[in-house]
Amino acid sequence: MAARQAPTLAASDGITRSAAPDAETAPGPLAIRGMTIAYGEKPAVFSVDMSITPGSMTAIIGPNGAGKSTLLKAALGIVPALSGTVTVFGRPIGEMGRRIAYVPQRASVDWDFPARVQDVVAMGLYRELGLLGWMRPRDRERVRDCLERVHMAAFAGRQIGQLSGGQQQRVFLARALAQDADLYLLDEPFAGVDAATEAAIIGVLTALRDAGRTIVCVHHDLSTVSAYFDHVFMINVSRIAEGPVATTFTAANLQATYGGRLLAAQIRDLGLGDVPRPDAPCPAPLRS
Amino acid sequence: MTALIDALLLRNGYNAALVAIGAAVLGASAGATGTFLVLRKRALVSDAVSHATLPGICLAFIAMTALGGDGRNLAGLMLGSAATAGLGLVLVEWITRRTRLAEDAAIGAVLSVFFGFGVVLLTVIQNLPTGKQAGLQGFLLGSTAGMLYSEALLIAFGGALAAAAILVLRRPMTMVAFDPGYAATAGVPVRTVDLAMMGLVMAITVIGLKIVGLVLIVALLIIPAVAARFWTERSGHVAAIAAAIGGLSGYVGVALSASAPKLPTGPMVVLTCFALFVISLLMAPARGILARALRHRRFQIAVHRRQGLLALAHGEPVIEPLTLRILRRAGLIRADGVVTEAGRAQAAKALIDARRYEIARRMHHEEAIAGRLVGLEPIETVLTPDEIRVIDQRLGVPRSV
Ligand SMILES: Nc1ncnc2c1ncn2[C@@H]1O[C@H](COP(=O)(O)OP(=O)(O)OP(=O)(O)O)[C@@H](O)[C@H]1O
Ligand SMILES: [Mg+2]
Repeated sequence: MAARQAPTLAASDGITRSAAPDAETAPGPLAIRGMTIAYGEKPAVFSVDMSITPGSMTAIIGPNGAGKSTLLKAALGIVPALSGTVTVFGRPIGEMGRRIAYVPQRASVDWDFPARVQDVVAMGLYRELGLLGWMRPRDRERVRDCLERVHMAAFAGRQIGQLSGGQQQRVFLARALAQDADLYLLDEPFAGVDAATEAAIIGVLTALRDAGRTIVCVHHDLSTVSAYFDHVFMINVSRIAEGPVATTFTAANLQATYGGRLLAAQIRDLGLGDVPRPDAPCPAPLRS
Repeated sequence: MTALIDALLLRNGYNAALVAIGAAVLGASAGATGTFLVLRKRALVSDAVSHATLPGICLAFIAMTALGGDGRNLAGLMLGSAATAGLGLVLVEWITRRTRLAEDAAIGAVLSVFFGFGVVLLTVIQNLPTGKQAGLQGFLLGSTAGMLYSEALLIAFGGALAAAAILVLRRPMTMVAFDPGYAATAGVPVRTVDLAMMGLVMAITVIGLKIVGLVLIVALLIIPAVAARFWTERSGHVAAIAAAIGGLSGYVGVALSASAPKLPTGPMVVLTCFALFVISLLMAPARGILARALRHRRFQIAVHRRQGLLALAHGEPVIEPLTLRILRRAGLIRADGVVTEAGRAQAAKALIDARRYEIARRMHHEEAIAGRLVGLEPIETVLTPDEIRVIDQRLGVPRSV
């Protein structure tokens, strides 16, 4: 918990809090307090706070196994939390589910399932269609539009198993787009996606953000964080730092998040200035 | 034979007609329910459920006889069977959840223990002095002989009710079967839907006991679904086709068993169903074996034909025997290998089309990746005249493009 008193964090937290009076009247899209999740005895996420700024595009970054996916799942209420609370637009997740869309890291589905690409995307319309509603031309139009946004319209009639890995990932993104949510939680949407599609997806997400939606994205490519996102959340089991990219995405915080595994040269390549020497006082200390 | 035709055409009287219709309705809802069960990968649970009905049937018989009623009252027997089937289901769930046993092991244990207990009870009943126990054996393999009007009505009504429930639950059941994790985040109450699905399976089993029998009802749940899968790539269509296959099996199976004395109904229904499965496996246009082989062969021929024509156009020798055979059979080259008039014309066209396709692939990038512009068909069948004109304009421009 020493991390909370770290100077960098105080600064970034200060910025978050300066928006707080406003946030009280219009509650933030996602607020997590004291979240601890364990698979068995070992905590995957330990005592994490998170407050996502409305209308922001936030990257969650951290090493493999840092608990990024787990945190997202906890935010959605699909893994049980040992302790902690989640509020979505100021209310418990159970009431606000319809305002969230989620793209899992790797969909574990039966790829031989009798469903075409457009059928999978249409699943995103479940809340609107309900039990008895039939697909109207308008709904079909929307499915088509979502597929076009991820450049998959030409595959609409394919059985879902007859796609490449990156194409499957794009279909699940289209399914989330069809939900027309206010808060998008995406777990590594760019994993295995080609450069042209990555640019297209970022375009789609930016347009959503500009329309007032909030995007939270687990992201691994540190070199694109500054270009794609305006906020960043750094985690390694517990929270390391959170705030605007400009003030939070620093060499010191990266070092604290990734530890020695992130080479000084890699950090320098990101153009974040000098790396603090190991013996210098670390602004955001590593977890013990 | 005439007996069978009479039965198929519902000419054996009102009662027999109603039984056949009841069997059709039951088969249809079993096929549709089974589809979701198979997609959810829980087909075998239905086997545990069906075998767990036997002790319930026997206990209900004993109880009704002891109370001085008719031990063979169908509604009463159904209630009893539902009770132990439910118990069996709960046990399977509990064992899987609480122990490290896999579900199939739990199913095997529950199935055999319940069935064994049922057989013991059945033997006890045989030795009871009531003299009315004859009908109970029929629940093992199904029997429609001497079925009452009210019983047939009960079965048809129950089947129709189940079908209505499937119609309402089809969307959430599909979503849960495809991706339960996502379904939960999209607002589908996964546990409730799973419970409802198991409830449906139980209902179908209990309703189908009299006609198909508890040993074979599992076949009527599973076979239509796997047969229907050969016809389509859409889950809704799979369910509908499975319903048709199940309905037809029920109807024809009942007619078959009515056409000769002492033929048990269940095996007739299941054999009909299996015949439809074999037909689907071989003949279905979407995924059937024959259709696949045909499509593959046609594709192979198209590839060779194009390769051969391009070789002719470039004046290169054609070497591959299959290519030569295809060109020769199409009258594009003579037996001695000399290109015919038609061959020359088509080779020229193939060359132009190949150039056009190359441009088309660059213009319609997504379609190209989707494999729609590989260039095996004449280009007019793939692109509109306008699109071809645009391409030809580009082709007219010299190399710099
Ligand atoms: N289902 C599970 N059962 C047991 N342990 C799990 C499970 N899922 C995750 N873990 C553990 O929890 C920790 C956090 O996992 P998580 O999937 O959240 O990591 P992540 O940050 O998303 O990693 P990645 O970058 O590889 O996706 C890991 O140490 C992992 O081993
Ligand atoms: Mg992950």
